[in-house]
Formats: sequence, C-alpha cells, structure tokens
Amino acid sequence: MSKNNDSNQFRKVDVDEYDENKFVDDEDNGESQVGPDEAEVDSLIRQGNLMEALQAVLKNPPINTKNQNVKDRAEALMLKVLSAFKSSDIEKAVQSLDKNGVDLLMKYIYKGFEKPSENSSATLLQWHEKALSAGGVGSIVRVLTARKTV
Amino acid sequence: MSLHQFLLEPITCHAWNRDRTQIAISPNNHEVHIYQKSGNQWVKSHELKEHNGHITGIDWAPKSDRIVTCGADRNAYVWSLKDGVWKPTLVILRINRAATFVKWSPLENKFAVGSGARLISVCYFESDNDWWVSKHIKKPIRSTVLSLDWHPNNVLLAAGSCDFKCRVFSAYIKEVEEKPGPTPWGSKMPFGAVLAEFGGAGGGGWVHSVSFSSSGNRLAWVSHDSTVTVVDGTKGSTPSQLKTEFLPLLSVLFISENSVVAAGHDCCPMLFRCDDGGSLTFVSKLDLPKASITRNISAMERFRNMDKRATTEDRNTALETLHQNSITQVSIYEGDQSDCRKFCTTGIDGAMTIWDFKQNVINDIHWNEMLTRGQHGPQLKTRLSQ
Repeated sequence: MSKNNDSNQFRKVDVDEYDENKFVDDEDNGESQVGPDEAEVDSLIRQGNLMEALQAVLKNPPINTKNQNVKDRAEALMLKVLSAFKSSDIEKAVQSLDKNGVDLLMKYIYKGFEKPSENSSATLLQWHEKALSAGGVGSIVRVLTARKTV
Repeated sequence: MSLHQFLLEPITCHAWNRDRTQIAISPNNHEVHIYQKSGNQWVKSHELKEHNGHITGIDWAPKSDRIVTCGADRNAYVWSLKDGVWKPTLVILRINRAATFVKWSPLENKFAVGSGARLISVCYFESDNDWWVSKHIKKPIRSTVLSLDWHPNNVLLAAGSCDFKCRVFSAYIKEVEEKPGPTPWGSKMPFGAVLAEFGGAGGGGWVHSVSFSSSGNRLAWVSHDSTVTVVDGTKGSTPSQLKTEFLPLLSVLFISENSVVAAGHDCCPMLFRCDDGGSLTFVSKLDLPKASITRNISAMERFRNMDKRATTEDRNTALETLHQNSITQVSIYEGDQSDCRKFCTTGIDGAMTIWDFKQNVINDIHWNEMLTRGQHGPQLKTRLSQ
C-alpha cells in the first residue's frame, strides 16, 4: 500500500548483473598485448614502403586487452597507414593479405567507422569495398559476431 | 533437382519416413502435417495436433516407424500409428524452457531433446511403468542447445549450443543398453560426461548444427560466424576451421566420409571437402543460377506481370537460387551418411527441394553449366576431372 513515489533509482539497477546464471565469457589474458609497433610502422610509412607498413600494422592486434588506450593507438596507427595508400594501390594491398588478415582489416575498418574524423570515412569506404570483394559478407559477419575485437 | 512448394509458411522442420513416401513437416505452427507422395504430387494425409506451442523439432524413426516431436510448449510427444491414426504419448522432459531440437538414437531406443533450459533431456522407455523417462545432461552447458547428433554407437551425443561451443557427451543409459566399447573420443563414458569440447575461446558464434560422419570418427559443425569446422577424433583434437565468405550456415550434414553439405542464410546448399589430413576446403555451391535470364517476354506478358504486382517497372525481385529464403534443414533423401545420392532441403520460403548427385562426390568434380530449367528441374551432369 505504501508506495515510494519519490525515487526512481530502482529503474537504474541492472538486474542482469544479479542473475546467477549469467554467462561469463572465457577470460583470455590479453594484458601483454601491446598492439602494433608504432616506430616500425612510422619508419616504413616514411620510407614509402606501404605494403610492409600494412603487414606491420596488422601484427599484434590488441584484441584481448582491456586497455582502451592501446586499442585507440592501434586504430589511429591503422588509419594513418590506410590513408597513406594511393587509391589505385588499395586492391593490390588487400590481395596480399591472407584470410585472417582480411578479417582483421575488416575489424579495423569498422572500428574506424565508429569514430569518423575528417576524410577518414572516404578512405575507409574505399578499403571496405576492396576488403569486401576479397573476404565476402562472411568477413563482415565475423566482425559482428566477434566478442573481443580491436 | 525438384522443388515442391508446400505452403507459403516457413517449414520449421521436416522428417522423412523410411522409404521416403511420406514427409512430416511443421508449417511454423502448433501442428505437424504428414504428406503422402502420390505420383508427382504431395497429398496431406494426417494432421498431428497435440502441442500447445510451435513445433521446433520432428524426427521419424525409420525402423520402428515412430515420430517424436518437440515444441516451444516444453513438451515432447512420441507418436505411433494405430489403425491409420497417429496416437501421441506425452514425454515429461522436466524442462522449464522451450525444446529446440529432437533426434532418435540410431537404435531408436532413446531420443535426445535439446532445450533453451541449457540442458539436454535424454529419454528412454521404461517398460515396467509403460512410460518415457528423461535424464538430464546439464554441466557444463551455459546456454540454449541448438542442435544434436548421435554417434553411430548409440551412446555418444554431439551438441551445438549458443555458448559458442560444440561438445561430445556420453548419453549412456544402463537400463537400455550394454556398456559401449572405447571410441576415438574416449573410453570411459558415464552418463553426462563431456568427452570433448570445441570452440569458444573469445571468438566464434552460436553453433547452429552438428553432424557426425557415418563412421563416427569425424564431427562437423557450422557456426554463426560464417565458419564450418571439422574435427577428426582419430587425429587428435585440433579442429580444422574454414572461414567462409558467405552468410552463416544453418544446417550441416556429412554425405560421405570426406564430404559435407551445408546450407543456410545464402539459400543455397554448399559442398565442402575434408581430406585425409583433416583440412577443410570449399568445393562449390550446389545451386547454379540461371545461365540466361533474358528470355524474350512478350508485351502482353510484361503488362500482365505489371498488373499482377501493381508495379510500374519490370523489376524481378526473385532470388537466383531455387530457395527464395534461408534454408533451415538439410536431410538425406536417398542413400545414407556414408554415400548419399540425394539430399533434401527445406526452408523459410515453405519449399522443399530434392537435390541429386548423379555420381559420387568424392573425387574432383566439375559441374556443368545448366542451360535451361525443365519442368521437373534439370539433372546435374558431372564429369570427373582429367
């Protein structure tokens, strides 16, 4: 009979947190992942060796780490490499990647879409088109279903 | 191949009888309809109405001619034909969520039901009480069980579930069978033991379908992250995964020891090959689109089509594949799991298609291009590679 009409705080409680059957994903220790080597990638870009730079930036993806900074740095680095390419070279670069590389590239592309900056979307869309023809819709499905992503 | 359009409702699931003269389907409602083949047509012969919720699984035992159905009403019924009428027997599964999948064991003395209650109910008939009894496999399943398949030894059970894992359990019931011999999957098999667990590890998707090969040594599953995976129990436990470039597959089936057919949201069955080293490769799509779409439509036909659809353009929105919507189930039509000659697919478009391999699909095969579609569907020609 007595209703507390003042407080609506109960609406902010996340009841799923208290569910004893709540699914907890396997913990994968990703604290040691540091992301791609910035110095190496920067020097390769300066040298103009863009294919190598792409391979280098796809190494050590910070997938399992909880450190948001590492992920942001990796994404910024990836964007730098992708923007450095000439449009005509993008297709060749995508062909040089293996299946896992294309999937990883797709993950970075969609991560880049989340925080658009000047001109980034245009570059990313060009890369997206080429990556799609290489990886098919399956690579996009894997971006959507991946629970731990870059 | 030949396509039969049953209704416009999705076919949730289907099951064939032993000689493939009858098919039991559920048109996305609480009922099971049994159709009898007469000539080239399918005629409805029975309607099985007992469930209170959508039917989610049907399986027809070929030797004992019993049908088991399970539904969203948390129940399963075993149906037997008496005097031309199908009579149901309720099976208490003791689950508090919907059942999702049901399969008879190879010897047909038990069946397993997967459910949203994060457990598998293995049911067997207790003759003293004249009653079906269920035993639960709970640990370590963390989410809905989507699909099950029995190993040929009648004891092992593979389960794919929404916790991104595919597991092999032992469903050994001492009341109805002898202790099984050792298998590549393990030798100690008390009821509910997990003999193998694959998948998860931070990636992967819901495991939609699992299938044992006819020897039971290989296990294949398809997952929502557009992958097909095969593991060979005799060669250690490293699964071989193929990341496809298609939309996720929903159903998978071994059609020989080395070949796997899978179909799903791309509305087209696909063939994969698993070689002796255990690695998986994509062979081809099995539905070749119309080679020529430009046939000369007369002006009269064009206007008639526009009238029929009330459009102002002559645009064809039909898919190029035979099925116009996702395929949800693949089953063997002719042959068995070691050598399948024809298989059948049903899907959300309400159509059932029977696909024909003219020759064995084990060696390299090149499919000829199809030129025209005849009234009964063309027969695919094959020739072995040079």
